Amino acid sequence: MIMNASTKTKNENPLISLRGVSKWYGGFQALKDINLEINLKEKIVICGPSGSGKSTLIRCLNRLEAHQEGKIHVSGVELHETMKDIDIVRRDIGMVFQNFNLFPHLTVLENCMAGPNWVRGIDKDEAEKRAVAMLKQVKIPEQADKYPDQLSGGQQQRVAIARSLCMQPKVMLFDEPTSALDPEMVSEVLDTMVELANSGMTMICVTHEMGFARQVADRIIFMADGEIVEQNTPDEFFNNPQSDRTKTFLNQILI
Amino acid sequence: MFVDTVIEDKSLHKPAFLLGLSIAVFAFFFAFNFTDTIFGEFLSPVIGNPQESGFFGRFVVSFVLSIIFVLNLLLISFTRLKIQILIVWIELFFLFLAFAYSFDLELAYIFIGEPSKIWLMISKGLFTTIYISAVSIAIATAIAIVGAIAKLSNNGFAYAIASFYTSLFRGLPLLLQIYLIYMGLPQLGFMIDAIPSGIAALSLCYGAYMTEIFRAGIQSIPKGQWEASRALGFKFGLILRKIILPQSIPIIVPPTGNQFIAMLKDSSLVSVLGIWELMFMAKKIGAKDFNNLEMLLTAAMIYWALTIVLEVIQARIERKYQQKA
Repeated sequence: MIMNASTKTKNENPLISLRGVSKWYGGFQALKDINLEINLKEKIVICGPSGSGKSTLIRCLNRLEAHQEGKIHVSGVELHETMKDIDIVRRDIGMVFQNFNLFPHLTVLENCMAGPNWVRGIDKDEAEKRAVAMLKQVKIPEQADKYPDQLSGGQQQRVAIARSLCMQPKVMLFDEPTSALDPEMVSEVLDTMVELANSGMTMICVTHEMGFARQVADRIIFMADGEIVEQNTPDEFFNNPQSDRTKTFLNQILI
Repeated sequence: MFVDTVIEDKSLHKPAFLLGLSIAVFAFFFAFNFTDTIFGEFLSPVIGNPQESGFFGRFVVSFVLSIIFVLNLLLISFTRLKIQILIVWIELFFLFLAFAYSFDLELAYIFIGEPSKIWLMISKGLFTTIYISAVSIAIATAIAIVGAIAKLSNNGFAYAIASFYTSLFRGLPLLLQIYLIYMGLPQLGFMIDAIPSGIAALSLCYGAYMTEIFRAGIQSIPKGQWEASRALGFKFGLILRKIILPQSIPIIVPPTGNQFIAMLKDSSLVSVLGIWELMFMAKKIGAKDFNNLEMLLTAAMIYWALTIVLEVIQARIERKYQQKA
């Protein structure tokens, strides 16, 4: 990546960088001139009202969505329409979805083995060892032989986290991971995410869980109407919000 | 389907309904006048010569028939569901036999001859029918997978070819396709035998229908499955093979089973090419001795038995996938 002196930031090689990224759905502009850099081991929480472009933003980071303007680089590779090696980039980016998206016809263990075995070229025994280790890490090794729909929502989401971790990604994206869960299941998923954060994983989380944000985030990004309105450390963000929109949002969400 | 846990009273056990039903059934029998049939003969001790019994005979026959009919329904309604189904099946089957019996057939005809005609039908006709259907079904399935992927792809050529193909082969009568292939290809210099052209027509026609079934099955899998697979870095073919197709099979099986059954019967259309399958043999053998109906009925029974076998297999496969899901 070539940068001139004026665009240099404190870290010369950010893991992910966005420069002037814009995206439209038809006539509706979902992202407006987003500039962002995320460094290795950083924990970012993105929050904001619904429709503010948070999910769209992180879905652009592994190109599940296409951006139309600006540049996105992940590990120095630019994401664009005609790129040949998008799958190689994606293998390094774990993603956890709101609706889990586990493969219902595969057991929990098979869900976790699929990635390493099918695309990383790791043999079955090794993939199984890794899957069992990851299921232990998310504290459900005993569910390995069940099918996803035999599990509770919280358990399914933890399997989804384990499935991503089995690919040994450099960064994990979380797209509202607790929004589809019953209230009593939220904490088990958040605990797993906190542990993951403590282990040094780079994480970008779209979430409304402000307790989690306060606990693990290095930076909180507040979005509204497709723009980054404010970004700050949790302390500053909660205690000294700059913009009116942030204040309104915090008043609504913290009650 | 959801069966409600609160059971309503059976309508048959409500006097008003029963009375209404009886009147309607009586009116039906009266309107169609069964005096000249076997029922009139049975009741001749009461009504005398059926032909001369007039209004009285017509009334008695209709009355007795409607009493039997309603009583039959009422008695069946007190049995358990499985027994009900069995009895109604048997009764309908006997009605069908009675219908066939009324043709005044010479049923022994199909068993005479050396070898017997029924054996000829089974050994040659049934074999050819199964052979043609099985090969066509296999080819149609292969076409359907390729066609469905083409119709879902972003490739303009693939989509155009696939949609033109399904439009054409779903748009022309199968009989016409059979003629076009058998008579049209030789014009291009391809000499093609009757059986291969029959198989080609059946495969292409049913491949077109099954393309749509497979496409719908693939499309019914939630978008999240594709996204999760893409996010793991899977490529298109891998996602289709390992994630999407295994999940769409339970959705694809029931309509595909219907297509198999329909194709088995439509294979009778290739008889126009002179292929010695069931239909052709039934017509050929029967016409020789003017015993057309005997042979056609034999063919009908063989087709029916075959489709029942297919239905049972289809139900087994469906159950297997339901257990797994």
